[in-house]
Amino acid sequence: MKTMRHTLTALGAATLLFGGATQAAESIKVGEINSYSRLPAFTHPYRQGWQLALDEINAAGGVLGKKIEVISRDDGGKPGQAVKIAEELTSRDHVALLFGTFFSHIGLAATDFAKQRKVLFVAAEPLSDAVTWAKGNHYTFRLRPNTYMQANMLAEQAAKLPAKRWATIAPGYKYGQDAVADFEKLLKARRPDVEFVAEQWPALFKIDAGAESQAIARAKPDAIYNVTFGKDLAKFVREGKLRGLFKGREVVSLLTGEPEYLAPLKNEAPQGWIVTGYPWYAIHTPAHDKFLAAYRKRYNDTPRLGSVVGYNVMKAVAAIIAKAGSTDTEKMVSAAEGLTVDSPIGAFTFRAIDHQSTMGAYVGRTRLENGKGVMVDWHYANGANYLPSDAEVRKMRPAD
Amino acid sequence: MSLILAQFLTGLADAAALFMVAAGLSIIFGVTRIVNFAHGSFYMLGAYIAYTLVGRLGHGVLGFWGAVLLAAVAVGLIGVLVEVLILKRIYHSPELFQLLATFGVVLVVQDVTLWIWGPEDLMGPRAPGLSGAFEVYGARLPQYDLALIAVSLAVLGGLWLLFHRTGWGTLVRAATEDREMVAALGVNQGWLFTSVFFVGAFLAGLGGALQLPKGGADLLIDLNIIASAFVVVVVGGMGSIAGAFLAAVLIGELNAFGILIYPGITLVLMFLVMAVVLVVRPSGLLGRPEGAAAGHGGEAEPLLRPSGRFGRIAWVVVAIALMILPAFADDFTLVLATEVLIAALFAASLYFIMGPGGMVSFGHAAYFGLGAYGAALLVHYLHAPMSVALLAAPIAAGLGALLFGWFCVRLSGVYLAMLTLAFAQIAWSVVFQWYDFTGGDDGILGVWPAAWAASRGAFYYLTLVLTGAGLWVLRRVLFAPFGYVLRAGRDSPTRAAAIGIRVTRHQWFAFTLAGVAAGLAGGLFVFFKGSVFPDVLSIPHSVDALVMVLLGGVRALAGPVLGAAAYTGLYDWISRLEYWRLVLGCVIIALVLAFPQGLGGVVAALGERLRRPPGEDLG
Repeated sequence: MKTMRHTLTALGAATLLFGGATQAAESIKVGEINSYSRLPAFTHPYRQGWQLALDEINAAGGVLGKKIEVISRDDGGKPGQAVKIAEELTSRDHVALLFGTFFSHIGLAATDFAKQRKVLFVAAEPLSDAVTWAKGNHYTFRLRPNTYMQANMLAEQAAKLPAKRWATIAPGYKYGQDAVADFEKLLKARRPDVEFVAEQWPALFKIDAGAESQAIARAKPDAIYNVTFGKDLAKFVREGKLRGLFKGREVVSLLTGEPEYLAPLKNEAPQGWIVTGYPWYAIHTPAHDKFLAAYRKRYNDTPRLGSVVGYNVMKAVAAIIAKAGSTDTEKMVSAAEGLTVDSPIGAFTFRAIDHQSTMGAYVGRTRLENGKGVMVDWHYANGANYLPSDAEVRKMRPAD
Repeated sequence: MSLILAQFLTGLADAAALFMVAAGLSIIFGVTRIVNFAHGSFYMLGAYIAYTLVGRLGHGVLGFWGAVLLAAVAVGLIGVLVEVLILKRIYHSPELFQLLATFGVVLVVQDVTLWIWGPEDLMGPRAPGLSGAFEVYGARLPQYDLALIAVSLAVLGGLWLLFHRTGWGTLVRAATEDREMVAALGVNQGWLFTSVFFVGAFLAGLGGALQLPKGGADLLIDLNIIASAFVVVVVGGMGSIAGAFLAAVLIGELNAFGILIYPGITLVLMFLVMAVVLVVRPSGLLGRPEGAAAGHGGEAEPLLRPSGRFGRIAWVVVAIALMILPAFADDFTLVLATEVLIAALFAASLYFIMGPGGMVSFGHAAYFGLGAYGAALLVHYLHAPMSVALLAAPIAAGLGALLFGWFCVRLSGVYLAMLTLAFAQIAWSVVFQWYDFTGGDDGILGVWPAAWAASRGAFYYLTLVLTGAGLWVLRRVLFAPFGYVLRAGRDSPTRAAAIGIRVTRHQWFAFTLAGVAAGLAGGLFVFFKGSVFPDVLSIPHSVDALVMVLLGGVRALAGPVLGAAAYTGLYDWISRLEYWRLVLGCVIIALVLAFPQGLGGVVAALGERLRRPPGEDLG
């Protein structure tokens, strides 16, 4: 027993010793926080995206004559952990700014931290409207088109459909609730005659798809608005088809066209759904071709939307520092406001009024081709066209 | 009519996989008294292994069903491996210590699965010949659902035959009733336990493999299923297979029909049901009350004595070191130290009811969260100053503990633990869904300390003072007559009652006091992080507290403090690595195997050694 104890203690010490070694070279440090262990399906491509961008930036000489060094940490899906890591990155590692996060509640915790500690935070993936509106602040910027914008893009398409009776199904947490509320408001504004006859709120990643499908079918809607994603989406598609839920009904579905969610469905991908997404296989602009080639060459894998988000946020961070000419927070915030950044999916701008970027999304229909789901009849919806009026935004933002 | 039929059969099909997992868990618990946290991991492995095997063996009838069966056998063997390598060595540890080891196994399996099968969700293959649906009375009934129902009935029948018509089954039923007697009659316990583990893991793997066409395989199904499995086992009654079946059907049907009435109910329905069942029938639907002899499986609890000279000196040294820490530590070290202190108070409050009180709680995060939200809501709506909010936090938590505790102390053992879990989940879902008031999962932001405590050093001192006060109060109560009565009630409830002690009343007060302490920790937490979200009330947070207490051992108050420091420090250090869950899981298993009495036990043993060096008399 004693020998075992000693061996284990030695092993333990050895394990603990291989903590990361820090680089001592002169570089600009930035901190990155994301839920790598909790949601690897989405954060792995995201990391590949920002690592690709980082290498490109540093290969071109970095910014302000120095290389950028990213200190990336895993928050384990817990907001408390994210705040602690943010504390360490700012007070011990002295990073110039923070970026990343995935979950809306972690994004919000980081937003509040940024306000309190007066450090620049660029939220990459969180979709919650509150990050730049209800709980927005001077130090927080957000990259992805938020729930309101994407719901708006879909409502625009939904308004063209003859359907009058709508049913909604969304995961039962704030993101789902916001997505449904935004969609209902925006669709009704365009089509006052529509009515919402049923709504279902399956617990996130615990959907009972058969029961939910039957419950929706009971209300006999003309069309369905779906917000479920990931494995909830997969189950919903399979069980819904089995029970004939989608026969003769239009389905408008948020995020489903993204390769993260569409590709795992394989040959069961739904047909004809109106979705937001990222049809990387069909975009032929010079910027995107270059990105696609570089990504494939480096990772021997096709990009996901997470890859683009990671790539874009890294490029945005570099652009902010470059324009600011220093790593002083106030200078960087001023530089970021109104800054336009080029990206593989087109240029986007961080608005001065709410720090929301105008990055958009692709909207199209799904189709099954060669045993895989793809997007067709798609167009790029520029985020700038799907934001509320300035007056509405000012009302939503807290008085700074 | 067709909708009712369709929902009914859907509910039954959902119950099928749940029943199999729960049956396995029930069998394992019934015989070995181990709360097997890793049971969900067996389920997940069953799904992944079956997925791979179907890919290898093809999608034909033989390929699919063969893969399912082989996957279940493989998982059964993995269960045997876990039992032989890890659990066998710690059967004599204090009760629930094995839980810690299974928690380590969960972490290891999560990262190993990620490593082998990658991060993407895997869509399950369709069952051959069963991928369509029957039309009955206008309702569409998926063929595979009916097959699942048939298989689960077959498994139920098979298990009944196994337990009532074979010698092994008789031994298992006997061991469930009275383990000591079975050992006394000369049955090889080791072999019995191993075989029970095989059957239990086999069932879990079978459940995971069978649900593949419905749910696929992904990295979250282990945690998703384990809570449901526990609920089903407890509602049905520990050790009862028929009870597990009944409970699984009950919960499956309630979920299927519940969403027709109130769509958001899925979050909390099964916990509500569990709470109601436990209050009405304290041993579950078909369970038997745990015998008085089914107490501590390990050695007798040593007398809890006030720390001797060595202990006192140690405490003083530690206190001085903590007080002068800000002089030579950087900001982040202070942040980490504050985190450790809050965790220590939280763990100590749980230790108070688990160690001396003998009441295990799986839902202690509820009081931490009630305290945190109490403080946050006051600040958010009434702009209360920090001092008022910090005062309100323990009061809010105490009220919650007073209410929930009244129900909980009427039960004992694992049923008590599960009722605390049910209440914690109910509290969580109220906070989560009442977003108009609590902000839902957007949480409450902007709860930062007052200006005088805003710097990390100042807040560290505030935390140190409050944590120290909390620990000191707990210790005083522990060695007051109340504490002795509590321990009497734990060690021998019948005797205590016989001499006129109202055990339940004392346990209720202890529960409330523990809630108050946890609430204080929660209040500090909110101001420390600046925001609060419903995850402070969640099961994983309760598990964190449990791990800290078990790691430190329930021998002395130093236990939870050491456990909190060790766990927080380990987590902070190890979570920087790529596969940190694998490393953390291995470290926990190693600690459990090396120090079966917990870290506190090590220190206590060290203290004993220093107090009296061998072979010398200091008299």
